[in-house]
Parts: sequence; structure tokens; C-alpha cells
Amino acid sequence: MIERTTEKLTKQDFASDQMVKWCPGCGDHAILSAIENVFPQIGYKKEKFCVVSGIGCSSRLPYYLNTYGMHGIHGRANAIATGVRLFNRNLSVWIATGDGDSLAIGGNHFIHIIRRNLDVNILLFNNEIYGLTKGQYSPTSPMGKVTKSSPQGTIEHPFTPGELVLGAQGTFFARVIDTHPKFITEVLLEAAKHDGTSVVEMLQNCVIFNEGAHKYLTDKDNREDRQLILRQGQPMVFGKNNDKGIRLGQNGLEVVSLGDDNVTLDDILIHDMTRQDPGIHLMLAKMKPPHFPIALGVIRSADAATYDQLMDDVIATHIQSCPIHSVDDLLNSGDTWEI
Amino acid sequence: MATQKQIVERDSVVVKFAGDSGDGMQLTGTLFSDTAALAGNDIATFPDYPAEIRAPHNTIAGVSGFQVHIGKETRIIGDQCDILVAMNPASLLANLKWVKSGGVILVDGDAFDDPALKKACCTTNPLEDGSLSSYRVVSPPITTMAKETASALGMDTKSAARTKNMFCLGIIYYIFNFELEAPFKLLDKRFAKKLDLALVNKQVMQKGFDFAETMEIFQTTYQISTVNLPKGKYRNITGNIATAWGLLAAAEKSGHNLFLGSYPITPATDILCELARYKSLSAKVFQAEDEIAGICSAIGASYAGAMACTTTSGPGLSLKAEALGLAVIMELPLVVVDVQRGGPSTGLPTKSEQSDLNIALYGRNGEAPCIVIAASSPGDCFYQAFNAAKLAMESMTPCIVLTDGYIGQGSELFKIPRMSDMPAINPPVVKANDPDYHPYARDPETLARKWAIPGTEGLRHRIGGLEKTDVFGNVSTDPINHEKMVYYRKEKVNRLADKLPEQEVFGHPEGDLLVVSWGGTRGQVCVATKEVRESGKKVAHAHFTNIMPLPKNTAEIFSKYKKILVCELNNGQFANYLRTQHPQFKYLQYNKVQGLPFTVQELVNQINNVL
Ligand SMILES: Cc1ncc(C[n+]2csc(CCOP(=O)(O)OP(=O)(O)O)c2C)c(N)n1
Ligand code: SF4
Ligand SMILES: [Mg+2]
Repeated sequence: MIERTTEKLTKQDFASDQMVKWCPGCGDHAILSAIENVFPQIGYKKEKFCVVSGIGCSSRLPYYLNTYGMHGIHGRANAIATGVRLFNRNLSVWIATGDGDSLAIGGNHFIHIIRRNLDVNILLFNNEIYGLTKGQYSPTSPMGKVTKSSPQGTIEHPFTPGELVLGAQGTFFARVIDTHPKFITEVLLEAAKHDGTSVVEMLQNCVIFNEGAHKYLTDKDNREDRQLILRQGQPMVFGKNNDKGIRLGQNGLEVVSLGDDNVTLDDILIHDMTRQDPGIHLMLAKMKPPHFPIALGVIRSADAATYDQLMDDVIATHIQSCPIHSVDDLLNSGDTWEI
Repeated sequence: MATQKQIVERDSVVVKFAGDSGDGMQLTGTLFSDTAALAGNDIATFPDYPAEIRAPHNTIAGVSGFQVHIGKETRIIGDQCDILVAMNPASLLANLKWVKSGGVILVDGDAFDDPALKKACCTTNPLEDGSLSSYRVVSPPITTMAKETASALGMDTKSAARTKNMFCLGIIYYIFNFELEAPFKLLDKRFAKKLDLALVNKQVMQKGFDFAETMEIFQTTYQISTVNLPKGKYRNITGNIATAWGLLAAAEKSGHNLFLGSYPITPATDILCELARYKSLSAKVFQAEDEIAGICSAIGASYAGAMACTTTSGPGLSLKAEALGLAVIMELPLVVVDVQRGGPSTGLPTKSEQSDLNIALYGRNGEAPCIVIAASSPGDCFYQAFNAAKLAMESMTPCIVLTDGYIGQGSELFKIPRMSDMPAINPPVVKANDPDYHPYARDPETLARKWAIPGTEGLRHRIGGLEKTDVFGNVSTDPINHEKMVYYRKEKVNRLADKLPEQEVFGHPEGDLLVVSWGGTRGQVCVATKEVRESGKKVAHAHFTNIMPLPKNTAEIFSKYKKILVCELNNGQFANYLRTQHPQFKYLQYNKVQGLPFTVQELVNQINNVL
């Protein structure tokens, strides 16, 4: 159990004394601020947070938070954090990682930490580009994207992170956007509450190398029509006038207009992030323009045993059943003889 | 009636059991060596199994062997065997070259039929074509006799045939004048849950013993001198198990629970599996998705306060290189065990070599010194794993322990230490709310930084792979600061030499030739130099365990000899390292890169050549 604080913590308790070196206007600033807001709300003592990252602009995060932290190597944040969490179950472990860090070089660790359902929180900064190395395409860059390393446009099918998370049997997946910091705070609190691997995809704008990557979502005039904000137990309604909804049709999800063809609120899907079957969660995670809005919020938060708890249980049971309780016991076990 | 049987006293004897992969040779060999140890002999064993799990039946590729050396003092497994037990033609052919001229060969006469001979690519039957005339060959119908005995006890035919190894063992026990009481007890223990199986195996073993006795197939039997070892409690141990236990011992002694992050790889996997068995000692064992995750999880655990380690073999060490550099720059304690095998690439997975010394010393980007030590025998793996953890934790530096497939899988008699006799391990852990704590402030003597364990009040800090400022640990690209930090990381390792034991020399303290070795070759080089010394030559032996840093008196020792010969199972990696550390000496080399250990004979020849 992670020790809770009796002190009233504030944002200031988590701000480090280091100069924040992200480009002005970078989406990472808003995300950092949201995290500084969330940590005091979670209620743990301030020395119980540990933030681990890989390499990338986004992975500089630990330096900017006054917690225990490690800035690791490219792609390995999830593997490093696995050791931190497995060894010390009294730490709230947060992982800061980029779309390159976790979906390219560290793809293997990403799927396995999720499969094991280790109790950590992964902040996946998705700017659809390699920021730190100055603008090469990433595994989430859309097909055809022109970047420095794809001057003729990419010829790769991008990953949809949510699809990957659910494919790896993820128990928690949420999506937020850097333009909406209050909502980030709300979702991160949910992530912190979840027992198991919580993956929060943070759509983040890289003003320098991929300006406007998420503009479909952020565009002032149309954003209400293009975002579906999910809330537990609520119908999936969206649109400027709250007149559109998501219905489960014969061929999967479909967008319907309330009032058309006798469509009523009763036809609209009610969001249940806790359902074990990930089918609808997967459909929600995959919704894409131009025919669908993009789903934001907690798409899935389902219960499952966590790896760390199972490991503790195995150890506790073995301590009961195994007669070897010290290295002297071990050295003298089995066949021995006096000379 | 027949001639009186003659009992010959011998100081030591080498027996090799060889058969098809499914013939149970590992079990047979282990039973034999355990029995010998119980009878008061020193033992050394080595399994020799094929890379394939089940190669085609009766082929040479499918031969599995287990060599046992028993006697008064058995530092090595033995170049050649006195007795070969071969369960089929393929195992006879594969091992014949290792049998001493005049040695005993016991084969299963039933196994030398045409199909089996053909599978082993024999054009004629070696039992009949005179090719074995320089050996004493015995070829009773072992399968038939074992089957008869086992079937009579109600065992089905197929299982009954499989007891042939016990029949052989009965014969071998007779040759060594061993009582069957001890192996019977071992069988009861092994088959504690299947007592009927234990009974059949015991009966078949007894039949083999009786057969050898009544048929008088051997005119000579042996009495092996009992061991010359210091008094105490002993056990048989393989290097890999000793490594695992040494790590557990270090965890207990330091008060920091063990964390292992590892990915299976021959011949290191046994360490992972062994540690997984002792969760009752609060060891957290994590089988990672790959070697990189193995070391990275260990680094995370080390940051979190664990006695952290990762175990692997050559290809895995290559994968860990980048992360090892991270541990170096973050100055976290970490033990990396490399059970070396033949390389490069996948190389010779089941064979042994010493060719990972270069990667251990130099295989990282940047100036990234690690401590490097090497175990010299199966039992020594316990102490070197322990030492590695002690050095790593006390100096806050990763330590690589080199063992190899030969000592990792081989076994020897091991004097059981008492934990109270093991040295203390005192890592520089910071107390909560220490107002003077800074991430890169150092102990003025050891230069170790402090270990501030996450979760502790008042010590929040960040570390990482970017260069940090001296003392305060903020990210910095300052040129002079970088040079200083590079210096500290190296000097910290160098200064360990002040604490390490001085290098020992066996034999004349000065003379014509110093034979130098390191790691798993100690036994052979020791026996060989002793043999040469006994022939009156001024030869000594220095065996190195501490490699980076080298013992302080290394140059002083080297200066006492006219010639220095460095023997190693690679192309000269240690010799080249010595050239960089002590360039004032000339180093002669003796190298072998065949995936096989040195034989004493070839070492003796080589030593005599350079003298
Ligand atoms: C082993 C290794 N390979 C390559 C790099 C170079 N590199 C650093 S960050 C990065 C990509 C970063 O992209 P992302 O993870 O999306 O993070 P962002 O900068 O966009 O936040 C690359 C290729 C490295 N540091 N280490
Ligand atoms: S390069 Fe892009 S991602 Fe990196 S700090 Fe600048 S704006 Fe942010
Ligand atoms: Mg990116």
C-alpha cells in the first residue's frame, strides 16, 4: 500500500527547480501543468511518486517534476519502470514516453508491460513525429506524411495506439488532448485509481516539426462535431447541439443524428468502460475522421489481476510452504556430507 | 573357481557415461558422482549434451554424455577417461577419442545391431572389426538383462528396457567396490513420489552389480583414494547453482532483497530457474521479454533499492550494452553475470569459451568502465557472485562476473560456508531527510555516490543517462565537468584495487616462466604447471580473478619471471588487456578456440615448448 499524505499538497510541491526547456508553444507544457495539478490530488506522500522516462522531448518530463525520477534510455522506460514497481510496491510509478519511444524502439516492452498488467501509469505523448531528433516520421505518423525522413511521404500504415493497447489485453486506455488540461487532470485521476497498467494517450502538438497534427480535433469551429467525450454511464452523444450519437449497427459503430429516422436517445450506446469484453472499446478507440468523431476520455477501465499483486501472492505463499528461509538453510539443503 | 580378483588403488579415475539423448545419462552420471562423494571421494563432473533437444535416435548428433572425475583431489574434469560407458554405437564412436589407451569400455551389446550401426555410420561393427583392440571392451547384453529383471517386477516392456542405465551403473559400482546402500538411498529420495519405480531401479542396479560379480567380467577392480580436503560439511554444486546462491547470499548479507531480470539463454538459464525456486527468500525473479528488459528492469529495481542483477550469455550481453552504460553513468549497483559460450553470434551455444572478455571490458559506447571479475571453478562461482554484489553495492558501480559454460554446468565438491563467516556488505544508503544529500556527492575515499532509495522522505532527486554536474546532479554539457565525471567513474573502479586481495602465485616466487590464466581454466592450468614444476622446472602459475581493476601487485609479480605465458580460450583478449595495463612486459600467448577446455597434456607441451 502506498502511504497517503496527511499534509495538504499543492502544485508547488511537485514543481522542480529546473528550467523547462521545451519549445515555447509545445503541447508538453500543458501536460506538465496538468500532471503537477494531479499529483497533489492523488493523495500519496510526495516522496512516493517515481517518474520514469525514455528518450525524446517528452521524456524530459522527470527533470521537471520534483519527485523521484529517472530519465532512462530510448525505448526502455517501460522496462525500467517494471523493475522499480516490482521491487517497491509502495511507489506510484508514472512513465513518460513518446510515440517513438514506446511504439517504435520500445514496442516490445510496451506490449509486454500491458499484457502483464503491471500497476503503473503510462503517459504516451503522441505528437506523431520524432521531436527530439528534429522531425522524422514515427509509427503514428499518417500514411503519406511528408517529414524530413519521408520527403516523398511515408509508405507505412500507422499504429493507432489504442488498438495496440487493447490488442495487448490492456485493462485501461484513455485519450486526451493537450488543449484541454482540465480534462487531462480528470482522466489522470482515473488512471491513478486503476489497478493495472493505465495507458493514457496524450495527443500533443509539436509546434516545430508537426504543427497542427491534431487540428482536426482542435479546430475551433468544428471541434464539438469531431470529438466524442466519453463519460461512464452516459450516452455517447456529441456535436455542437448535442444532436449526434453513436449507435451499434449491424456493421459496427455508426454516427446517427438524434431525431432522424426516429432515432432517439434510447438507440445511443451507453458508455461502459468497465465491461470485460473489449469489443466496443476497440471500436471506440479506432474511430477516425472523416466519418467518425475521435473518442476522448477513458475508453476502457476493466478489472484484472495485476502482475505485481500476483508476484507478491506467489512469494507470500512460497514463504509459507517452503522450508528454506535463509541462505544457511539453502546451503545445507539436499544432499550434504561431512568429510 | 576362477582367478582371485585384484583390487588396484588409484588416486583418481575418470568415467564417462554416454548414450542417446533419451537414455538418462545425466541422471546416471549424477547418481554415480553423488555416490562417489558419499564414499569420501572428491568429485568433478561435466555434462556434455547436444544442442538439439532430441536429435534423431542413435545418431552421433544425438549423443549425450556426462563425465565424472572422482578421487583424492579432482580440480579438473580430466582430459581423458579411464572408463567409457557407451549405450549405443554412436556414443561409442563420438567418445572413443577421449578414452585412454588400455581403458575400459563398457557397451550394451544389445545396441550394436545393424540399424543402430548404420545410424552411427559404421560400415563394420566396432565390437568385431578389431578397431577396439587397444581397449578392454566388455559388451554384455545389458538391455536384455535389465528388461528381464524389470519386467519380472511388473514393468511394461518399453519402460523396462529403459532401466538399462541402472544395470550399467550396477556394473560400474562393482568396478569401484562401492556399496549399493548409498545409491539406493539416493534413488529412494529421487523417486520419493514413485516408490515402485525406485524399487525397480534398485533391483536392476543390484542385478548389474551381481552380474559383474558372478561373471567375473573384470579381473581388476578399483579402490579410489579418499579425499584430501579440509574437514567440514560438503555438497556437490554446479557453477550456475553456485552463482545463484552467491547472489542470494549477497542479498541476505546486504539486507537488500534480490531482484533478477533475465531472459533464458544457454548456458545461463539455470541461474534464472534456480533463483525462481527460492521465492521464500523474498527474491523477486522477473523473466523479461528480452535481455534488454532483463537489464533495464534490474536497473529500475536497483534504483528502487534492490540487490539487482541480470544473468545471460554472450549474445545477451551484446543486447545489454546500452543499458549497462546507463547503469555506469547513473552509478547504480548492478551485477551482470555472463556465462560465456562460443561466439560470435549464436556461435556454439552448448560449448565453452572465454571470448567475452573484450565486450565485458570495452563493449559500451563512451568511457564506461565496469568492474570485471571472473570465477575460476564451479564452487568459486558462489564467491565471485557474492563479491560482485559486494563490489557493485559498495562502490555504486555495475560489476560483470564472467563464468563460462564449462564451469557453469560442471560441478565440484563444495565446502559449505557459514553465512556468519561471509564478509559484511555495506552499501552507502542515505538516511531520510539528510540535509547534505546531493545525488552526485561522493565519498572522498571510495568516490562512491550515495544510494537514496525512492520512497524515502526528504531525498527526492532525478538521475538519468545525460551527463550530470558533479555533486548536484543536474543535466550538464559543461566540457570540464564532463571530463571530471569521466575521471571519477574510472577512478572509482581503479581505487577498488586498494581493497582487493593481492594476486597470488602458485609455485616458485621467481623463475623462468610465469603461466598466467583467468576464469574457468584454473584447474587445468594449475595441474599442468604443477606437473611441469615436478619435473624440476622453475615455473609458477598466477590465476586472475580480479580483472578490472587488476590486483595492485600484478606488475611486481610479472617482473620476477623471465617469460610470461598467457593461456586462454580465445584469441588473446586477456594478453592484449595486460599489454595495455602493463606494457613493460612481453606476453607470450597460448590460445585455443575450439569450444573445448584446455587439456592438461596440451598445456604441459606448450609450457615445455616456451621454456
Ligand atoms: C538507441 C537510440 N537510438 C536513437 C536515439 C535517437 N532518438 C532520440 S529521441 C528519438 C525519437 C523521439 O521520438 P518520440 O519518442 O516520439 O519523442 P518526442 O521527442 O517526439 O517526444 C530518437 C530516434 C537514441 N537516443 N537512442
Ligand atoms: S520539438 Fe516539438 S515536441 Fe519537442 S519540445 Fe519542441 S515543440 Fe515540443
Ligand atoms: Mg513523438
